[in-house]
Amino acid sequence: MSDAPTASLSGQAWAWLRATAVWRSIVRHGVADSNRNRSLVVFESIFLHLHPIKVRERSLKFTHTFWAGGITLCCTFILVATGVLLMFYYHPSVPQAYLDIRELQFVVDNGVFYRNLHRWAAHLMVFGAIAHMLRVFYHRAYRPPRQFNWVVGVVLMLITLLLSYTGYLLPWDQLAFWGVSVGTNMAKAAPLIGKPLRFLLLGGNIVSENALLRFYVLHCVVLPVVLLLFVSVHIWRVRKDGGVQGPHDPSQDEEEKP
Amino acid sequence: MTMVPVESSDPILVPRRVALVRPDTRPLVRRTQEKFVMTFPHLIVREIILFQIVVIVLSVIALLFNAPLEGIANPLETPNPSKAPWYFLGLQELLHYFPPVVAGVVLPGLVVACLVVIPYANINLTAGPLWPAEPDRARRTALGVGGASAFVALLFAAFQCWPVVVPTVGIAAAMFMARSARPEDRVRGFLREVTLPEWIFTWFVLVATILTVLGTFFRGPGWSLVWPWNMNVLG
Repeated sequence: MSDAPTASLSGQAWAWLRATAVWRSIVRHGVADSNRNRSLVVFESIFLHLHPIKVRERSLKFTHTFWAGGITLCCTFILVATGVLLMFYYHPSVPQAYLDIRELQFVVDNGVFYRNLHRWAAHLMVFGAIAHMLRVFYHRAYRPPRQFNWVVGVVLMLITLLLSYTGYLLPWDQLAFWGVSVGTNMAKAAPLIGKPLRFLLLGGNIVSENALLRFYVLHCVVLPVVLLLFVSVHIWRVRKDGGVQGPHDPSQDEEEKP
Repeated sequence: MTMVPVESSDPILVPRRVALVRPDTRPLVRRTQEKFVMTFPHLIVREIILFQIVVIVLSVIALLFNAPLEGIANPLETPNPSKAPWYFLGLQELLHYFPPVVAGVVLPGLVVACLVVIPYANINLTAGPLWPAEPDRARRTALGVGGASAFVALLFAAFQCWPVVVPTVGIAAAMFMARSARPEDRVRGFLREVTLPEWIFTWFVLVATILTVLGTFFRGPGWSLVWPWNMNVLG
């Protein structure tokens, strides 16, 4: 198509670029104009290879999944991107942490925008995860062979809450300090392990600078890595189990029972 | 080179594939009648559009509303009330009625345990509509539903935890409403089809929502009941 004499200048430029040895070394398949090349788009890309080559047409319908898990994953990407930007301007120490957040508001270009985006995306991620869990339950998508993926989902829900909760302390304002104090006081009530666990989490007996540093490391390193791991398993298993399962279809009940 | 027609029955030219499909195999193997489309572009394009929508919506929200930021943390000055983030306010609301070990450890632990066992409990896999047609079995179901609801309601009533008692009674009432429903009736006919796991899960979601909304919007100084418009609820 791009070889046609009527092709626009930009079309010709694209065609030339695609023909260069460098481009061919990066993207080995041609234009995605045949089903073979379309499958290679997915097959040969590390970023897309969690997808199957083909998907059931029915599963693309909006009411099949309401895209709740997708929204949650989109939030994760936004949170990583904005979170890295915020880290450039943040020191996990008292009182510098609070002053840094203030500076985001008044000194750093777009600082307040990225902080807002990070905050609201975090709320939407928790909402999205809850919505996804409700959707999966009412569609009975936890049934065999997907049992264990439901458990992975529960773990992901807990990681999401922990990520949100550890991030809640980082601005080091009154809201953060007392919000985390209230929450960690609840952990104290656990018999035997409650107090040692709280000490381990906070690096002391009260929410202090040690707690700020620990929450920072958990929030920016440990929990995101664990999340990445479990999300990979979660999505990989969706694929291995035959793609997303939509509304419960009684006509296929007989197939479920051997 | 000559092309071999795919329809050829010569096993040398067109090897036959033999697959042994065991009954416990994956659903994809069993459902072969479905129509498939290429992941690229059909799914990938939708994913990109979804991402763009999420980014745009969140950006608009981020431009319109600032994330809250109060004064610097001061361990000597306790705000009244001090609240956890919104997703923990249901638990904090329970703390108002129960000792910390129950509200902070036992109940959340139970919730997580119950969520984990959902796909392994047989009733969640096989359950049909709650009310059986046979009068004898329906009577037993009624006894079970009434007994369990009364037990939960009385247990929480003993701690004066009305935000749990009220939805429990409400769900129980809806379950019994479903019993007498005729299939022609639109709302009650829908209720008739609801399974026991769905009733229980809906009860849990309702209780969690009520507790969270109550803790977020209706609790003021000293955890007293206030109207949302009389306080600053952004947290």
